Amino acid sequence: MAAVATIAPAPSQSRLLLSGNEAVARAVWESGCKVAAAYPGTPSTEILEALCTYPDIYTEWAVNEKVSMEVALGASMMGARSFCAMKHVGLNVAADPLMTLTLTGTVGGMVIAVADDVGMASSQNEQDSRFYARFAHLPMFEPADSQEAYDMVLAAFELSEQHQIPVFVRMTARICHVKCVASVGERVAREPSGFVKNAERWVMVPAHAKRRIPLMFERDMVLREVSEHSPLNVLEAGKDRPDKQVGFVTSGPAYMHVREAFPDAPVLKLGMSHPLPLDMIKALAAKVDILVVVEEVEPIVENEIRAAGIAVHGKDILPKIGELAPEILTPAINRLLNNEPAPPAAPAPAVFPRPPTLCASCPHMGIYYTLSQLKNIIVAGDIGCYTLGAGHPWNALDTTICMGAAITVAHGMDKGRGAIDKDKKILAVMGDSTFMHMGMQGLLDATYNNSNITFLLLDNGTVGMTGGQNTPANGLDIRGNPAPRIDFRKLVEALGVKPERVREVDPYEMPKLFKVIREETKIEAVSVIIGYRPCVLTDEFKPARAYHVDEEKCTGCGNCIDVGCPAIHVTRREKAIKPSGKEVELAFVRIDPIACTGCGMCLQPCAPDAIMQVEGPRIVARLRPV
Amino acid sequence: MQNEITNILVCGIGGQGVMTATEILAEAAIAEGHDAKKTEVAGMAQRGGVVTSHLRFGPKVLSPQIAPGTVHVLLGFEAAEALRWSAYLRPDGLALVNDSRLVPPVVEIGLYDYPADPIGDMRAAGIRTVSFDAATIASNLGDLRLGNTVMLGAIADHLPFSADVLLRCIEARFARKGAAIVELNRRAFAAGRAAAATHTKEEVTA
Repeated sequence: MAAVATIAPAPSQSRLLLSGNEAVARAVWESGCKVAAAYPGTPSTEILEALCTYPDIYTEWAVNEKVSMEVALGASMMGARSFCAMKHVGLNVAADPLMTLTLTGTVGGMVIAVADDVGMASSQNEQDSRFYARFAHLPMFEPADSQEAYDMVLAAFELSEQHQIPVFVRMTARICHVKCVASVGERVAREPSGFVKNAERWVMVPAHAKRRIPLMFERDMVLREVSEHSPLNVLEAGKDRPDKQVGFVTSGPAYMHVREAFPDAPVLKLGMSHPLPLDMIKALAAKVDILVVVEEVEPIVENEIRAAGIAVHGKDILPKIGELAPEILTPAINRLLNNEPAPPAAPAPAVFPRPPTLCASCPHMGIYYTLSQLKNIIVAGDIGCYTLGAGHPWNALDTTICMGAAITVAHGMDKGRGAIDKDKKILAVMGDSTFMHMGMQGLLDATYNNSNITFLLLDNGTVGMTGGQNTPANGLDIRGNPAPRIDFRKLVEALGVKPERVREVDPYEMPKLFKVIREETKIEAVSVIIGYRPCVLTDEFKPARAYHVDEEKCTGCGNCIDVGCPAIHVTRREKAIKPSGKEVELAFVRIDPIACTGCGMCLQPCAPDAIMQVEGPRIVARLRPV
Repeated sequence: MQNEITNILVCGIGGQGVMTATEILAEAAIAEGHDAKKTEVAGMAQRGGVVTSHLRFGPKVLSPQIAPGTVHVLLGFEAAEALRWSAYLRPDGLALVNDSRLVPPVVEIGLYDYPADPIGDMRAAGIRTVSFDAATIASNLGDLRLGNTVMLGAIADHLPFSADVLLRCIEARFARKGAAIVELNRRAFAAGRAAAATHTKEEVTA
């Protein structure tokens, strides 16, 4: 998103095809919200991407989720409506302000959108964010489609201002990314009410916080009553049945699956899923023979219902992992009722897996090819496109935990190593955006505590995995306007890395990279190797002329395939006997001229010099100006 | 009351325009007055992985996900991907498949085999399959990126509404890019329509 985003006049149509994320953005804008912040993270990214195209609202890419929540809190203290969005694991990062802002409360309406990756399309875990509503004693809404996402965000701002607390809107990937028809309205502008000094409320020292904790518990009771009467919680009576009547308690995308699979069943749809409307649940339980909670991931609602003394089924018959589509629900309920099972579906044909790949000319390929050629190393990885370095053909990452953990895990490995690992070289790999998100403190910790690690900072000038958002690394703000561009050399030196231990290497120059990594891993100190090349999906990347393979010269050695470029294809394989008598398989290749963007990495390991430019000079991309 | 829902599954690889094509199909369904939901089962957010886009439309759509065995039309942007998702088709369903192949690095490094004849495997399983080379059709029109409009042309005569509705949505989508781009997409749409018609005829006479 390097180009300047258009500040579009809002569409005046009332019926739009909107994703859940776009619907949230629309409602945030219409609510009169003044400040909105987020760090990109699948599946929540598009909320701020959509919001920044609206006029009359301040939006920012924050460097992490904790920052985004604090920015929203500050704006709310001024009496402005505010908003922050994050993925489920981002809420862990923001948990620190969350657990105290529930004591201070808010002034201007504040909504927190949290998007869980149920099914784990693009995350390191499948945690259930609904726990945080309980943990922080805050109300939570759960939309089931884009229209509800839009409606609930507007309702959440109202509830937030009525009770002076932030309100969660909990999405899942199946809400964020589903596009459906939604009716929208127009923006209502609001003027902030102004900051009111009140140290007992805003300065959370123990004496003040102690007085606010009882208020939080009182509020729990009030919100429980709100939930009992909320129009967001709907009891759908269903049709009478002669045999056993099964009733469902459900929320979010699971509601749509229940309705699809059991169109006539009584259903309590929880739009406000915390606090639970226990009286409504008791009313449903009294009407049905069997009560089933259909909730994705953890048995949270189920346990709370059981704790209230109501007999209920849930995770005893349903999976604790992934989505609960009709093809999972129907057989589970059939088993519960001892009904005849449906005939099994036709098996899916066996086809090779197709994992995501690094792009042609991706600078990470140079890094991982080089790491794959080094022996006796341990590589701590991190979260981003470059996590793909753990896959084929590189197999070059040994750990991935969470945003920013590469440096600190590597540092801990260094301090924890025994005699068996004394000769191992320990490296950390992290992208520019992850480093600014949560990596900088770890580097400071490593230099302060005299670590012996080599940190590869993969600077591609963008948040790549989430689609190429702007960051302080490319010097553009969320709308594409110029912003200060961070100087990584100065930054890492300021964090205690000795100037002579900071090396800048072009990741396309693999032999040089190999040499520099060898040199720096031999030195017992924290070294930083900065590799800059722009992400190929950004405007900063300039493709060069494609390469081709001279069939006469190609010996089938297959070295180029190990670079891992998706533009290289095998044309034929042959068995050959080496002079040593060993049988080897030769793979002769071609380069797809449309996919190739001319980085030239594949020709570096090519033994017979069989790879050459199609025609004309190679355009050598400029190294980053410092 | 009958709630007749049409299920269309579009499959391919990240970067081919699967999601955009499905979104245009959804816009056409909405223009015809249907309720519609479109959802992706996409891997990580970048290129090269498996992408499927589910489109359901009718009087009122609940679950956005299509259940296996209920797809009316499978629109396959790549041969092996069409085979991968073919079990989602109803017994009377139709597969429209671009038979050009995109071979991933895991196959090139020798870890897995690409199926010898994915289209043949689908037909052998009793699936009505119409295949054509959308990549070559697009390249001959001057730009491989026209491939998804070719695919939309292919499905245009297999929808419960007229091809013109779909074409108007494509034109609207590209209107901002100028008359020349709109015209190219019109030609790609017509070429895809013709290819599907020709190969459907071959299917019937074969």
